Amino acid sequence: MTVHSKDLLVSIVGKENVKDTQAQLLAYSYDATANFQAKPDLVVSPRSTEEIAEIVKICAREQIPIVSRGSGTNLAAGTVPSQGGLIVLFNNMDKIIELDKENLTITVQPGVITQDICNFVEGNGLFYPPDPSSMKISTIGGNVSENSGGLRGLKYGVTKDYVKAMTVVLPDGETLKLGGKLAKDVAGYDLMSLFVGAEGTLGIITEITLKLIPLPISKKTGIAYFNSLEAAAETVSAIIADKIIPVTLEFMDKGTIGAVEDFMKIGLPRDAEAMLLMEQDGNEEQVERDIQQMIRIAELNGATSTALASSNEEAEVLKTGRRAALSALARKRPTTILEDATVPRSEIANMVKAIQQISEKYDVHISTFGHAGDGNLHPTCLTDVRNEEEMLRVEQALAEIFHVAIELGGTITGEHGVGEMKAPYLEWKLGASGIRVMKAVKQSIDPQNIMNPGKMFAKETKMRLVINNG
Amino acid sequence: MVSELQQRMQDSFVEHVDEELLMDCMRCGFCLPACPTYLATNQDESHSPRGRIALMKAMRDGDVVWDGSVEDSFDMCLGCRACEPACPAGVQYGVLIEETRVAVQQAKPISIAGKAVRKTTFDGVFADQKKMAAGVKLVQFYQKSGLQKATRKIGFLNLFPPFMKQMEAVLPTIESKKKREPVLKPGNLKVAFFSGCLMDTLFQETNRKTIEMLEWLGAEVVLPKEQQCCGALHGHSGEMEKGLRNAKANLKAFDSDDFDYIVNNAGGCGAFLSEYGKHLEKDPQYAEKAAEFSRKTIDISSLFIKLGLNSKLKQMGSAEESIVTYQDSCHLRNVNGVFLEPRSLLQDAPGFEYKELIDAGSCCGSAGIYNILQPEMAKRILDAKMKGVKELQPAVVVTSNPGCLMQMQMGIQNEGLEKEMRALHIVDFLYDAIHQNQTQG
Repeated sequence: MTVHSKDLLVSIVGKENVKDTQAQLLAYSYDATANFQAKPDLVVSPRSTEEIAEIVKICAREQIPIVSRGSGTNLAAGTVPSQGGLIVLFNNMDKIIELDKENLTITVQPGVITQDICNFVEGNGLFYPPDPSSMKISTIGGNVSENSGGLRGLKYGVTKDYVKAMTVVLPDGETLKLGGKLAKDVAGYDLMSLFVGAEGTLGIITEITLKLIPLPISKKTGIAYFNSLEAAAETVSAIIADKIIPVTLEFMDKGTIGAVEDFMKIGLPRDAEAMLLMEQDGNEEQVERDIQQMIRIAELNGATSTALASSNEEAEVLKTGRRAALSALARKRPTTILEDATVPRSEIANMVKAIQQISEKYDVHISTFGHAGDGNLHPTCLTDVRNEEEMLRVEQALAEIFHVAIELGGTITGEHGVGEMKAPYLEWKLGASGIRVMKAVKQSIDPQNIMNPGKMFAKETKMRLVINNG
Repeated sequence: MVSELQQRMQDSFVEHVDEELLMDCMRCGFCLPACPTYLATNQDESHSPRGRIALMKAMRDGDVVWDGSVEDSFDMCLGCRACEPACPAGVQYGVLIEETRVAVQQAKPISIAGKAVRKTTFDGVFADQKKMAAGVKLVQFYQKSGLQKATRKIGFLNLFPPFMKQMEAVLPTIESKKKREPVLKPGNLKVAFFSGCLMDTLFQETNRKTIEMLEWLGAEVVLPKEQQCCGALHGHSGEMEKGLRNAKANLKAFDSDDFDYIVNNAGGCGAFLSEYGKHLEKDPQYAEKAAEFSRKTIDISSLFIKLGLNSKLKQMGSAEESIVTYQDSCHLRNVNGVFLEPRSLLQDAPGFEYKELIDAGSCCGSAGIYNILQPEMAKRILDAKMKGVKELQPAVVVTSNPGCLMQMQMGIQNEGLEKEMRALHIVDFLYDAIHQNQTQG
């Protein structure tokens, strides 16, 4: 970045909204993805859509890469500025603009923390269901750009199911308004869904309107422990086959249970091979019936013990434990590499079995947890980036997991995104024509490739390893 | 070009900061909402635990060179360790920041003036209980002589940075220290009292009440004479060796199988005492004693509860209800996991209704001598804290640590609320509440 461009950018946001010290540039060189790191040239915190439009115009003219970054909790290196350039933060755009109780929508700036939205609307008797595990710190802008999922995805869907309208600054600096507080709208292509989950490669989202639903009256949480992974997986299929759609149907294997217990100290049994965390919400009668039925199905499928959470607090503790699973696993080995393979839920038992075999085949330590109910598993390799030989085996194991997932009718990523990490595998899922269509879209909207370059599209379809970072 | 200092810094980080501990961080960011400086800087990642850990690693790996911004990031850390309970990966941030401070301290040439201050503080005053007492005598003279009133009036202190002036105003009135012999009464529980250097000088009254209450509850209290400052301030400032020198002196002073507990009434000291075992685990001579010492260490609230204070408080009933609230001592909460205990005592205190302060678990900005070294950031954090206090309007803000106590007093004073509320140490608060109740009854 030239001194001239830098001066121009600083003049837009003001000196106090610029970060450019050595320490700051280093602190924005990573996200939550192991093994990826690169420093930006400048970090800015604009205060409005207009300022962002000005910034983008300069970047377009000077061909400066732009990476939009929420709280940097991305798990696919989506917010690592791998080609340098500018990082745009939303810490100055963190206001809740409007709660519309008649249309059941909330309009927010991208920098609002997801949990704050949930708390705010729940205080008004309303509900915003998407709840990624990082919701305590992740921003809604990040969630929309990644189309984040969460524990409640099984019943309530994911972020895209709740985005009603947005304002986007395009790569040429033009501002585009999409959608509205409408239940129906078929005017033209569904452009909005293009920007949801685009990982910041098509533009910068600067305002979002979300759909809300009434807050369910009651909820109940149960747990079941098993002495085999298969029994837990079969329980999941049996529950769905019984026409129950729970809010949450989460799975943790033995390694994960142990790590979560190390962190939470809540008395999870370390000798169980697997556990399921089940939650249902709705009216009291239905909730009671469903949770009892799920417990019964678990027992029929060989659960060694089952229990109901005695209070909301206890249920919250269990869910907090599940949300902390990935980070808790990090205590076991220096490097944690997480996957996000997703299969049709009928294939969950097969996928679990395949992961076990792959772990043995490559002699790689893999712990698995995830949203079993919607087929979204998080096999997590516990390894050490400093051990090149082991990392090679990890890479092979992950590639094989992707392969099996696709064979079973699944995908390489259910909710974490492609980013830089999974870009080399994207073609496996989409095929050559899928990549061609995506490239055509990208080329027509961002011909200079300034929006989050190096993400989503790989130079070539094969694993690339960036060495030297933890 | 890497300068000689920068090279020395990198070498020092390689030598002192444990790579394995750094690798525990997987950068999930779960620590961010728990970090007071991240929040107070409008989410500046370089002032977050995750950012600081990344910087420590980058210093080791040579991905950054030592400069003012890197130094600032480490210096700005309160050391409150709120990130530790928030961290699912179990990153030992407290150890890492202490190692970082040692690394910096070892490699950095200190200015002559800075050296003199550090020398007086760490080798002089805090290392030696007698000197501490002498220093306090000066303050005492200053207070008793009427000079204090005079200087306050003529604005002598206006010549100093605003912070010094505020701090002076909240210094407690020091009672002249009476000769105190170890009290030996027959009791069920034998307790050694770690009196703490600040607590034993500036807050002598609190210590007296601590002992009185323990004895009232039936404990036998012993005050080992040769005890010294716990060493926490040294340890947190990159002077770990000096901190451990104090630790060893204390291990000698408390070297007896006789005690059931070693009790302290200062959260900051207590945390360091409870970590003697960890800090000295590789010391062949002291490892065992240190582990034993740390095992026996207990904070005053927990001990009060063990001695049945709750039921005694409940029996007293209550007349009028004023609001009391509690500001956690970071180290008592985040290192020792003690936060329910003081609250349970306050809930049972006669004449008071306990109400939870918003964000009571986040640092008040005192953080040892942080408020002296980083007055601006400390003030910013304190101001945010006082917003919650003003909303709640308690009659008393209770704390468990002398630093927090002075900081909260300063907050009350900054807001001009001295007439409506005060800050008290938990022992003073309970002592007064009990005595008030007894006089009324």
